[in-house]
Amino acid sequence: MSGERTFDTIVVGGGLQGCSVALHLAREGQRVLIIERDSCGQHASGVNAGGLRRLNRLVEEIPLSIAAQEMWHDIENLTGSDCGFRPTGQVRIAGNTEDLESLEARAQKVQALGYQHEEMISAEGLRRLVPAIGNRGVGALICRGDGFADPALTCLAFRLRAEALGASIRQGVAVTRIEQQSGDWRVYAQDQYFSAPVIVNCAGAWGDRIAAMVGDSSPLQKEALALMVTARTPHFIDPVIGHASRKLSFKQMANGTLVIGGALKAVLTERQDDTLIDFRQMKESAETVCSFFPFLDSLPVVRCWAGIEGMTPDRLPIIGPGKKSAGVFHAYGFSAHGYQLAPIVGKVIADIICKGSAAFDLDAFRIDRFN
Amino acid sequence: MLKRLHDISDRRKVTIDFEGMQLEVPAGETVSAAVLAAETDYTRTSAISGVHRGPYCQMGVCFECLMEIDGVPNSQACMIEVRHGMTVRRQHGARGVSDEASV
Amino acid sequence: MKPLYDLVIIGAGPAGLAAAVTASEYGLSTMVLDEQQLPGGQIYRSIEKSVPENASALGKDYFYGENLVQEFRRSRVDYLSGATIWDIGRDLTIGYLADEQARQVRAKHILIAVGAMERPVPIPGWTLPGVMGAAAADILFKSCDMVPEGPVVLAGSGPLLLLVACRLLDNGVNVAGMVETNGFSDNLKALPYLPRALRASHYLIKGLSMRWKVRKSDIPIFQKAVKLRIEGEDSATALCFESRGKAQRIPARTVLLHEGVVPSLQLTRLLGCEHQWYARQRYWRPVLGDRGQTSVSGVSVAGDAGGIFGAKTAETAGKLAAIDIAFTLQVLSAQERDLAAYPLLKVRDREMAIRPFLDTLFPPGHEALVPPNDETLVCRCEELTAGQIREAIALGALSPGQVKAQTRSGMGPCQGRMCGLTIAEMIAASRQVSLADVGHLRVRPPVKPITLGQLANLEVVE
Repeated sequence: MSGERTFDTIVVGGGLQGCSVALHLAREGQRVLIIERDSCGQHASGVNAGGLRRLNRLVEEIPLSIAAQEMWHDIENLTGSDCGFRPTGQVRIAGNTEDLESLEARAQKVQALGYQHEEMISAEGLRRLVPAIGNRGVGALICRGDGFADPALTCLAFRLRAEALGASIRQGVAVTRIEQQSGDWRVYAQDQYFSAPVIVNCAGAWGDRIAAMVGDSSPLQKEALALMVTARTPHFIDPVIGHASRKLSFKQMANGTLVIGGALKAVLTERQDDTLIDFRQMKESAETVCSFFPFLDSLPVVRCWAGIEGMTPDRLPIIGPGKKSAGVFHAYGFSAHGYQLAPIVGKVIADIICKGSAAFDLDAFRIDRFN
Repeated sequence: MLKRLHDISDRRKVTIDFEGMQLEVPAGETVSAAVLAAETDYTRTSAISGVHRGPYCQMGVCFECLMEIDGVPNSQACMIEVRHGMTVRRQHGARGVSDEASV
Repeated sequence: MKPLYDLVIIGAGPAGLAAAVTASEYGLSTMVLDEQQLPGGQIYRSIEKSVPENASALGKDYFYGENLVQEFRRSRVDYLSGATIWDIGRDLTIGYLADEQARQVRAKHILIAVGAMERPVPIPGWTLPGVMGAAAADILFKSCDMVPEGPVVLAGSGPLLLLVACRLLDNGVNVAGMVETNGFSDNLKALPYLPRALRASHYLIKGLSMRWKVRKSDIPIFQKAVKLRIEGEDSATALCFESRGKAQRIPARTVLLHEGVVPSLQLTRLLGCEHQWYARQRYWRPVLGDRGQTSVSGVSVAGDAGGIFGAKTAETAGKLAAIDIAFTLQVLSAQERDLAAYPLLKVRDREMAIRPFLDTLFPPGHEALVPPNDETLVCRCEELTAGQIREAIALGALSPGQVKAQTRSGMGPCQGRMCGLTIAEMIAASRQVSLADVGHLRVRPPVKPITLGQLANLEVVE
């Protein structure tokens, strides 16, 4: 066993949350190490659909989500890259009056809580915003200022900025054991270990495994969520499209490709470390897309892929201190909507570690809420 | 950029429309070959910079021969045989949906 | 067509045809799916409609395929031509597209016999119209009775380059130059493999006679050419290079590039088969048993898709694979299998004896592997230069997958077929590690594009 190095904080997991935590800690002058089993952003962080959405968030997440979106609008300042950020807005379409009622109820609920970011628009308003929809929507819930960014570019930008601020990164190194040794944490990875008084678990779909190494536990289920992307096509739509009752999630990237998703499940391999595309799901999704945008039926699908994500039972992430021991923080289990939250999650964790408290109530995200 | 070696009069001919030109070509030829034999060497403009491109592999691998065949964009011209009455257009840039399709 | 077959063979080249005939003789219900309109693969391309006037240029090695195709036509096999494979699931459900309709078919066993593709030759100007693979010219000759307009310059390395040069000469095409990236030192390196190669002496004789034909023509021949570059604005006008320290420029209407062929691996990658790196010819190939078994049960490979060994070896490998599959499906006993396989294994060993010699004589040119010029386009679809790829590597991309995520290389319609190997070579060169440690682009289905409309109308089998 060799190669001990001493850090202020060790972040386990080099996905977007891990890189954001490291970036914010390094900004505070901490010596940070990220240990990544595969490569940074290889799983859900780098291969998700890239949607940035406050629209239809679980209400517990709304304060974080609003703060995160403000950071996205200034992402170049934080990371040195625009991360492909496009504030195109997000739209949730109502296909019939039943959809319309459920969206109106949602809008009222959010407004009753004092938030103004979600608003209803009429069928006419929807057609103005999304001419391509024709008469296939009777109204929509929208959130202006939402949009999308490029996940791979975002991961790269956060990692490079963290490194520029002095963070160290070890990729291709799997954490096998974590022990307490005279007040410090020792994180064992392959044939070496690293020490720090504080560790942050940002291990995504494998967060429960890391939590168990420090005596914490949470239910977490792995899911493989699939996307498909088309060849480039001339620009025809601005906002990100979702639907109140159908599996439709759809955006046109700046380069002209369409990214199509919407809770499409891929198959997890037996060892749960790889994904396989199920074309029956893709067929359904293609049917939905073609029914809304019939003129797209000659557009080639060039690629399908899936990322592995950790889902909690209540679909809320785990964010905050560990329960068993001091010096442990968790930020995982984002249940397929962590991408937008990443800038603020890194700041919140860094604030707790460096300043003792954060500006947000994290009670809904406690790791022991499932007990 | 290609030339036919033999003009065999008994071979069945079909007529295709390439960019408004009527080409009488032997049945069984691929679209990419038939077009390249007609005094041209480019079959599309590239999706990003818009430069001229032509077929490279002739076996369905390189996707340089993407053309608009009978209104269908992104068709691999080297994998499709000519048919009588076929309309063939160069593909200009990224052409996901047919030009005729209305939004 | 049935929903389930004992054996589905993908590809109707020599390996697929021979396997189909053998499998049907053993009574296996067999389907052959092939992307081309006619059987024969690229080597026996369009053999059923070849032009009689071209017979002597095509040669007897080509017409050897006639018998194979005739036997195949007589066999009790369901054959679907013009069928493009876009997916194979791990449950051996094959997704294919034929006549614009997407369908699925299931198989108890799959034989992948999809052959090879020409190694991409990224040099400055290789994306200009008027530049093609040498194999592409060969395909056009066989299938369409066409030759490129002269002056033609051929450049690169490999037996096919010679063959194509001879065919152009036979057809009176103005060949303005033969620019070889290999040279005398490669002859020396290959010498130790010559005795073994003599076991397959007919290849040597053919090779020597082709070389003689090119020599005695008055085509300028250059060896050890470096700094290859194609000039032209909207299309190719000349090939420039240096040979023996001297700058050369050959005006050309057509430039044919060739640096050998490499196995087509989309399907074996998709299915998760184990692969190995073959350093001598610098390509990946699936790890195969003697009779074509991959590391994935129910999946076999025959022919050049398993490593470049040529048409005759492919045919034998196809028969061997079919025998093995008949055993797996309990049509043959182990003893019957071994008895049937024994003579074929001997034939195959003899045919394969030429390979170490050829593979050493014609190494892919280094500049084609790792383009030194930053301006060279590496990813043709996304129009990314070698400089941009190197920049991504400098920013910490350790694998082709990471370069892809950072640059979009390999995300266009060809899905990395044209840039995947080059990017891996560039990473290996820059990190000074073996290519085997760099890995390869992950294959994402559909392996060939399918439209949203076709996918929506997919006929699913349960």
